[in-house]
Amino acid sequence: MNRVARFAHGSRVPGWDQAADLDKDPSGVPDPALVEVPPQLRAEIEAAMARYPERRSAALPALAAAQRVHGWCSPEAIEQVACVMRLTPAYLSSVATFYDMFELEPVGRHSVYVCTNISCSLRGADGLYAQIAEAAAGDPEINLRSFECLGACDIAPMVSVDHVYYGPLGPGDAQRLVEDLQAGRDPIPELALALRRSADPNANGA
Amino acid sequence: MSQTILLADIDEPGLATLEVYERRGGYQSMRKALAMEPAAVIAELDASGLRGRGGAGFPAGRKAAFLPKGDLDKYLVCNADESEPGTFKDRELMQKNPHMLIEGIVIAAHAAGASRAFIYVRGEYEAQARILDSALAEALDAGYIGERILGGEFSCSVVLHRGAGAYICGEETGLLDSLEGKRGNPRLKPPFPAVQGLYQGPTLINNVETLSTMPYIIRIGGAEYAKLGVANGAGTKVVSVSGHVQRPGNYEVELGTPSREIIFGLAGGPPEGRRVKLWFPGGSSSPVLTEADLDIPYDFDSLAKAGTMLGSGAIIVVDDSTPVLDVALKLAKFYRHESCGKCTPCREGTSWTVRMLERIASGEATPMDLDIMASVQEHIIGNCLCVLGDAMAMPIGSMIVKFREELESHMEYQQLAGAA
Repeated sequence: MNRVARFAHGSRVPGWDQAADLDKDPSGVPDPALVEVPPQLRAEIEAAMARYPERRSAALPALAAAQRVHGWCSPEAIEQVACVMRLTPAYLSSVATFYDMFELEPVGRHSVYVCTNISCSLRGADGLYAQIAEAAAGDPEINLRSFECLGACDIAPMVSVDHVYYGPLGPGDAQRLVEDLQAGRDPIPELALALRRSADPNANGA
Repeated sequence: MSQTILLADIDEPGLATLEVYERRGGYQSMRKALAMEPAAVIAELDASGLRGRGGAGFPAGRKAAFLPKGDLDKYLVCNADESEPGTFKDRELMQKNPHMLIEGIVIAAHAAGASRAFIYVRGEYEAQARILDSALAEALDAGYIGERILGGEFSCSVVLHRGAGAYICGEETGLLDSLEGKRGNPRLKPPFPAVQGLYQGPTLINNVETLSTMPYIIRIGGAEYAKLGVANGAGTKVVSVSGHVQRPGNYEVELGTPSREIIFGLAGGPPEGRRVKLWFPGGSSSPVLTEADLDIPYDFDSLAKAGTMLGSGAIIVVDDSTPVLDVALKLAKFYRHESCGKCTPCREGTSWTVRMLERIASGEATPMDLDIMASVQEHIIGNCLCVLGDAMAMPIGSMIVKFREELESHMEYQQLAGAA
């Protein structure tokens, strides 16, 4: 699969200048005899397909499961999903490229999404992104991305680390977050959203 | 004004478990609703005056009544793809009180005659999806969802479906395509989802907050609920307040509460020494208001009269330390990123707007650019399959009108700085 370039802020750069290879045959639905699918992944995809009246509905959960196994939506991952779901890899690629949470190139083990949409940026999210980028510079295990509104403006500025929400991050928290991740600890545990009461008068300082 | 229905005791430990929810009288409304005829449930919803809490504000009872009667495969979809910038009320409701949502889903499914329900949760809400998953498992064990609920005639399966990161999937037809395993492109309407929705079957789509309100309405009766709030805007609303306020968070208020009381009284207003410059009353898609509009009552009709909308009920406050250009640029970039690319006015218009705003920021723009930008916004509105483009065009258009002077002086300043 062609690498999809991204702007620094996360938007896709349209691949309009990459020509398709017209000499190649279009790939059909993969032959089950030729594609090896990890049994656990196959079971997970089949369970997802069974939940819906039409099996195609399982495309998103199936791609997510394959991404968990492979680390990203690699050509092998897409082929395995296509094989179990009886769809073409091209169809699944078109789906995978539409959604922001599918990775189209190899990435680090830890996902760190920084919300840089309006409410968070009013409270310093762009600076926070820069701080984390600096602290995590050169660490291939950290997949830092700026994300659109993550729905947690009450704890702005916030991050989603391996899909767990934390915030509000103050001075020094960016550094600590990266250090915790590198040391294999739970990152900035006291800032977890799960601990926050609904309307906390002391949240975010005064 | 502190009538709390949805956020009542929201921080009670264990509220997300069936045990605590039942102890508080949970699932009693569902029993009551299942004993009623579907038409009677719809009549209660109609009488309550409940309007959809997702953004459009369509009367919930009428929407449920649109579905054709008879023995068809009908679907209920709960829209939990909360992605409107500034909105985080559904996250709170799902995380802290998932059973209230499930109870509302069964009530709405019974009213509409739907035998399959889906909850479409945005992919980023992993913790909330887990909580809902275990709540669904508890409800299934207790016989509250699934085959022959409470041993009666009605069956309804509830499936949790996780998205994967796309704002457009909050648009109802984009959501349906995504739920069918496709790219989340909106569909041409009509046919409306009530006639031809999920898997081409009649489909009722409701927001998390709308559905979570239904158990309360059934418990106290529609007429009693209609006494809360104002005419044509009954009940309470969970308002997410964020941005430049001292206490950001979710606050439940009766509709019709003065906006000032929400922004200053509850959320504490902007930091010491700062003033409100502009505020979005209903998420980033609503035309902006200024300090002069703070006394507008917070309800559907009053905000519509002021040229804006209640939307998803998310107030974003921007104080006088932030240039309006920064806000406009942030917004336009967001919609450019999230445009699905299907309709030309939205795909190109969002991108043009970003480039024109960047020209203003760099000092290459002339005042004529503001007029061109305003006309681009006008040409987006109403010309696409869905309202994503409109959702950028309306606030940007309102900023050009209300903050033209500031934008022009920014241009002049940049040009002088460039010449020096």
